[in-house]
Amino acid sequence: MIAILKRDFRSYFNCMIGYVFIAVTLAFVGIYFMGVNLVNGYPYFSYTLASTVMFFLFCIPILTMKSMAEERKTRTDQLLLTAPVSVGQVVLGKFLAMAAVLAIPMLVICLCPLIMRISGATGLASDYASILAMFLMGCMFIAIGMFISSLTESQIIAAVGTFFVLLVLYMWDDLLNYLPTGVSANMIACLVAIIIVALLLYLMSGSSTLAMVIALIGAVAVIAAYFINSDVFSGLMSRILGALSVTAVLDNFAFYFVFDWGGLVFYLTVTALFVFLTAQTVQKRRWN
Amino acid sequence: MIEVRDLVKQYGDHVAVDHLSFTVEKGQIYGFLGPNGAGKSTTMNIMTGYIGLTEGEVIVNGHNILEEPEAAKRCIGYLPEIPPLYTDMTVTEYLRFAAQLKGVPKAERAGQIDRVVELTHLEDVTRRLIRNLSKGYRQRVGLAQALLGFPEVIILDEPTVGLDPKQIIEIRDLIRSLSGDHTVILSSHILSEVQEVCDQVLIINHGKLIASGTPAELEQQLSGSSLSLTVKGEDAEAVRALLSPLSGVTAVTVKPSANAGELDVELSCAQGSDVREAVSSACIAAGVPILMMKSADVSLEQIFLEVTDDDAAQPVEADFAGADGTDAPAEDAGEKEEPEQ
Repeated sequence: MIAILKRDFRSYFNCMIGYVFIAVTLAFVGIYFMGVNLVNGYPYFSYTLASTVMFFLFCIPILTMKSMAEERKTRTDQLLLTAPVSVGQVVLGKFLAMAAVLAIPMLVICLCPLIMRISGATGLASDYASILAMFLMGCMFIAIGMFISSLTESQIIAAVGTFFVLLVLYMWDDLLNYLPTGVSANMIACLVAIIIVALLLYLMSGSSTLAMVIALIGAVAVIAAYFINSDVFSGLMSRILGALSVTAVLDNFAFYFVFDWGGLVFYLTVTALFVFLTAQTVQKRRWN
Repeated sequence: MIEVRDLVKQYGDHVAVDHLSFTVEKGQIYGFLGPNGAGKSTTMNIMTGYIGLTEGEVIVNGHNILEEPEAAKRCIGYLPEIPPLYTDMTVTEYLRFAAQLKGVPKAERAGQIDRVVELTHLEDVTRRLIRNLSKGYRQRVGLAQALLGFPEVIILDEPTVGLDPKQIIEIRDLIRSLSGDHTVILSSHILSEVQEVCDQVLIINHGKLIASGTPAELEQQLSGSSLSLTVKGEDAEAVRALLSPLSGVTAVTVKPSANAGELDVELSCAQGSDVREAVSSACIAAGVPILMMKSADVSLEQIFLEVTDDDAAQPVEADFAGADGTDAPAEDAGEKEEPEQ
């Protein structure tokens, strides 16, 4: 695993990608830092940081696009998968290499609050907490990008796909505003969700009776809940999906100065999930 | 060393490997022979743990490739069909990475890298980027990678593709020098290479093992032996009548030779019988001088073509008989004309 980590990390600096990634990230954060904190004198760096999340949408796909796709295309995955290391170690090594590349600009950014400190009091604690949250969010985006890269042999498709997924995550809160909040609409959404679950069960198990039973139980439960206390359904979709908002966590750190433990655990969980899914994708291909 | 039992690999409806079983003994060189798409690479990919299998099992040095993949892979060095090279690294960097990946202890790494570089004659290019190397050099870098860690089993998928004749000889010598300490399995469709290098040959077609054995065994087993003679004389029928009754002779064909007054005779003999002595005494007794007699060499090439022939359901002998049949009238005509001249 260490060998793969070292090789991948070095490979980012054998070509332009590593340098471009670091330069672009630092340039954008630097411009915002100058404008918001230095020129206009806003005393919180965390605010600047949260505004630059948008640039992650462009930079992370560039970093992750080649991670798995290129190995497959050049057949170097044959070397990795026939070496005495597990698939999990291969994927983890690649993920950590990208996280290490991301850590470089994040460490440079750590200087910014100190620069502000020279000219007066700042919220050092909240600034550094925000940088940590931002780094973990970047790691989560990397895991997602790596997963998409493992689905294809084409780096371009990987980059574009990752960009759109990250874009949807970025706009998540705004999109949720368009969801209906009415009781009946949410109840119908619940029924549709149950039907989808039942269909998936049918496809995976091939047993139609099991799927029917699950669908019936779910439908009865939803309708019963509707008659007992219909308030449960008001705004249900936005509440459930809202809990998955990724930018909300960083906002808690940056704007409300709250150390959101739950949010960090959420970031780490999603990261672990996508690293796991990447390993599963590689495994699945071996068995086809 | 390696045991493959009832291996099956299916891609959807397509059966790439079909109930393949064989055992590989320590210290020998094995050659996988088969036409394109016979399942050679698939079998190698399964044996090295790159892809999964549908049925059966592969046991490497006592470790099942599915249950203890890491222990099994540790015993194997693999050079796939397309060498898995990172083109943005130099040769030394790449070998250092491969050594670390294979878990070669840190203290031994530099020494081992020097040794494989020497074995594969890469000294001149160690500091160059792999991207800029020619195909032959890339192939050798891949081979060097497979040798790193000096695993007990070395599996090479078409190792001499893209090399020039001198390099091919060097690589063959290298492979031969590896046997003894290492078990080498290589695939190839260059028959002379297999014949020259390998101790054991496995011929595969449509994912099935068709024939196996040493090259010499195969030659005997599959074709019996045959003898070709040139005798003095003009009466083909008399010669045929003379030689056919000899014990061990299964078929006789007699044709007029290019030189007038000579006859070319082809004798097919039963397996394992040596009829040379009987033939020569019979000819001398009948007053038919033998001008030339030699055992016809059946090359591996012929065996290969024979056993991998897609119309194999039709017996191979029948093909020859058919060919003779069509030629026969012309020959007969020739024989009849000759006396008139």
